[in-house]
Amino acid sequence: MELTTVWFILIAVLWIGYFCLEGFDFGVGMLLPVLGKNDTDRRIMINTIGPVWDGNEVWLLVAGGATFAAFPEWYATLFSGFYLPLLLILVALIVRGLAFEYRAKRDDDRWRRGWDASIIVGSFVPALLWGVAFANILRGVPIDSEHEYVGGFFNLLNPYALLGGVTTLLLFLAHGAVFLALKTDGPIRQRAGALAVPLTTAAAVAAVGFLVWTQADTGTTGSAVAFIAAAAALVGGLFAAIGRREGWAFLGTFVAIALAVAGLFLALFPDVMPTSLSDGAGLTTTNAAATDYTLKIMTVVAVIFTPVVLAYQGWTYWVFRQRIAAHHIPPTAAPEQVSTAP
Amino acid sequence: MDPTDIARWQFAITTVYHFLFVPITIGLSAIIAGYEISWLRTRNPQWLRLTKFFGKLFLINFAIGVVTGIVQEFQFGMNWSDYSRFVGDIFGAPLAVEGLLAFFLESTFLGLWIFGWDRLPEKLHAACIALVHVGTLFSAYFILAANSWMQNPTGFGYNPDTGRAEMNDFAAVLFNKVQLVTFPHVVLSAYMTGAAFVVGVAFWQHRRAKADDDRSMYRKALRTGAAIVLVSGIGVVVSGDIQGKIMTEVQPMKMAAAEGLYETESPADFSILTIGTPDGKAEKFSIKVPQLLSYLGTGEWDGEVKGINDLREEYQETYGQDPGEKYYSPGDYTPVIPLTYWTFRLMMGLGALAAAAAIWILWATRRERVPGGRPIMWAAISLPFLPLFANSFGWIFTEVGRQPWAVFGLMTTEQSVSPGVSTAEVLTSLIVLTAVYGLLAVIEVRLLFTYIRKGADPLPEDDPAAGPGDDRPMAFAY
Ligand code: HDD
Ligand code: HEM
Ligand code: HEM
Repeated sequence: MELTTVWFILIAVLWIGYFCLEGFDFGVGMLLPVLGKNDTDRRIMINTIGPVWDGNEVWLLVAGGATFAAFPEWYATLFSGFYLPLLLILVALIVRGLAFEYRAKRDDDRWRRGWDASIIVGSFVPALLWGVAFANILRGVPIDSEHEYVGGFFNLLNPYALLGGVTTLLLFLAHGAVFLALKTDGPIRQRAGALAVPLTTAAAVAAVGFLVWTQADTGTTGSAVAFIAAAAALVGGLFAAIGRREGWAFLGTFVAIALAVAGLFLALFPDVMPTSLSDGAGLTTTNAAATDYTLKIMTVVAVIFTPVVLAYQGWTYWVFRQRIAAHHIPPTAAPEQVSTAP
Repeated sequence: MDPTDIARWQFAITTVYHFLFVPITIGLSAIIAGYEISWLRTRNPQWLRLTKFFGKLFLINFAIGVVTGIVQEFQFGMNWSDYSRFVGDIFGAPLAVEGLLAFFLESTFLGLWIFGWDRLPEKLHAACIALVHVGTLFSAYFILAANSWMQNPTGFGYNPDTGRAEMNDFAAVLFNKVQLVTFPHVVLSAYMTGAAFVVGVAFWQHRRAKADDDRSMYRKALRTGAAIVLVSGIGVVVSGDIQGKIMTEVQPMKMAAAEGLYETESPADFSILTIGTPDGKAEKFSIKVPQLLSYLGTGEWDGEVKGINDLREEYQETYGQDPGEKYYSPGDYTPVIPLTYWTFRLMMGLGALAAAAAIWILWATRRERVPGGRPIMWAAISLPFLPLFANSFGWIFTEVGRQPWAVFGLMTTEQSVSPGVSTAEVLTSLIVLTAVYGLLAVIEVRLLFTYIRKGADPLPEDDPAAGPGDDRPMAFAY
């Protein structure tokens, strides 16, 4: 296999890892006002992802870095082209990440409400916009012969892309609800389990719509297989959710997201950023790639270190496998007032 | 203003801001790991209390380090797309390796450390924070390798067909001679900064402490901290001295700009401060150390240091007439002299002050003494800011001194900017990010002060470090 193809696959894997893992973080964040009836509930929810959210986010950073190294043209065109949406995502990730760390550091309702809002908005914005961004990549955007994006901001807001955004949003909501049912105990577990059913149903409807549209436009045999398998996994997850088989339900949404993203990358290949202009030049795995030398080195590094990372991240999930309930949440020990001077 | 100006401001603001938190993260993670290991070895509960106390302060700082880092990762693509296209083959590799090796390590093991107090065996728990520190060192190594390549490009060839720089020797990129001195210089200054932070906090608590036990605990922290400031400070000077020679070799203009030296001199003096016309062309008053610049640049007290005027001609011959018309008159390869002159002095001066304050504090606290008096109190409280700002000035010097080049000798800053991004877009992101960063700074500083003021908590009756138990409340929960 060409090294450029290997790297296309590796980058797909990184995005799959990102969406499967941070997907439920986003879901938990967005469900905060819905499932968190009081402060203890909300702290239970946040603590389910407490030890792992940062590690989950690193999948994105590595996907970004790997794109820079393996497909510099793709990195340059994508992030300078989708400028404002990316800025929104960055600001969302900033306030959200800080909120997890700071929320419990003061015993003050206004303070908590502010950070809760940051978590909710900070999870909603990327959950929606990543879908919009990926749909636009698949659909093709105006890229001129110099590989510059010339479309402006509003070009990115088309029905297909918005459906893509709604799909990731709903998928992550369902994924988050299923995750919470799996990771908590007590009343919140019941509420999350109950909510998972309608959310997974809605996600399935949106996903089928979006994936069928994608398949009709740019699909291949491979993507069709992946999409059908993704839909099957999601339906399986739905039935498991109905039967309150929490582990199976989580496996269902997890696999569904993984296969759907895999299908999107299969539908994209061998392009990485097709152009919608007749006189433009789209980016492909070959014309956007780094040299063979760089790809070789990167392959060696990835082959050695990816298993190590997977091992210790997996181990973290094992260490924190226990369900969290109200009695695990200590009373707030934080100071009430923040003083201005020591 | 055009996009290039704004993009430069944005890069400068976001990176300098990121680097306020970075040195504290690097330094403090090492010190906290030291505390926890000391607790395991001596079972002196004071070490455990210090671990937890500085652990909280560390987390408050770390969070901002992480979220501002995310912006850095994508900024090259957003604002500097032509740069990314030109150097991606080389520059992207260390960045990707950094993510895979360093960021996963830091974030995963920090999560384990925060939430693992009652879930992990003690030794493993201490190993987690030690691994976080190793992660910060990996992170520093790879990103500095990327930056050092911009200062001194090696291990690549220019490919006219693709119009870009392409890597042909990864080892040369990783073990660039600039990198080999930059890494120790930056990491040691980070240790200095982390330790200075500890000294400032512990000194203040030491003075306030009522209980003998508290006092002796903060005393431990402040004396070890001051010793680290001193030792790493010496390392910073030694590595900085070597850097000066390598810099004179690879970027002679930067050394000339550091002194505002227009005419070649041998031997060349080093001025501690100069009052003159802002461009340094005429001097009114100056305090000079004879021959020091020669030593710094060449290693010999009477070595020749080239001046800006001569270098300008040399650069014109090597690189052609036109490094970019926007900022530089044709053929001018001079960075902004007042900025390089003063930032270089501020870096060294603040570092020297920090070392002096550390010596004073060590002396004044010898043999159980509790120093009184306001002056030493102020010295201790301002101590954290000295190396912190020395770091910022060091970077501003290094990066401004490289101008007009983004990649020295290959690509100018002006050629690096994204051609497709409009003024309105860059301006929006500059304003949004600056506003968000400003707000975060206020929140984080107030939160830090609250926790500093609160001091180290007493150990709970039911010691969470004593062993696992699944039904107990979680330690360190969010
Ligand atoms: C010498 C050290 C150093 C330097 C010059 C930089 N950083 Fe940094 N960075 C770190 C040292 C560091 C660190 C110590 O490893 C941090 C600070 C807080 C943290 O979590 O890790 C970090 C965090 C951090 C993160 C978040 C990681 C996470 O989520 O855990 C990213 C994406 C970056 N950085 C990227 C960059 C880029 C693209 C830089 C260049 C412009 C840069 N950093 C300069
Ligand atoms: C090690 C990683 C770093 C890399 C890869 C890097 C890269 C760059 C690049 C590409 C530029 C050109 C853009 C411009 O001219 O504005 C630049 C400029 C600059 N950087 Fe860095 N930088 C790094 C670290 C830092 C740090 C840690 C600081 C400060 C704390 C810093 C401060 C600056 C400043 C002030 C400029 C503006 C110089 C000017 O435009 O005149 N850099 N850097
Ligand atoms: C006598 C003391 C010092 C000397 C001789 C010295 C020398 C230097 C030199 C020559 C550079 C530029 C390297 C280049 O551009 O190639 C530099 C950069 C820098 N210095 Fe210092 N320095 C000293 C003290 C300090 C102190 C006390 C700190 C902070 C605590 C510090 C932090 C930095 C940083 C962060 C940079 C930018 C990164 C780099 O290029 O290494 N320096 N220093």
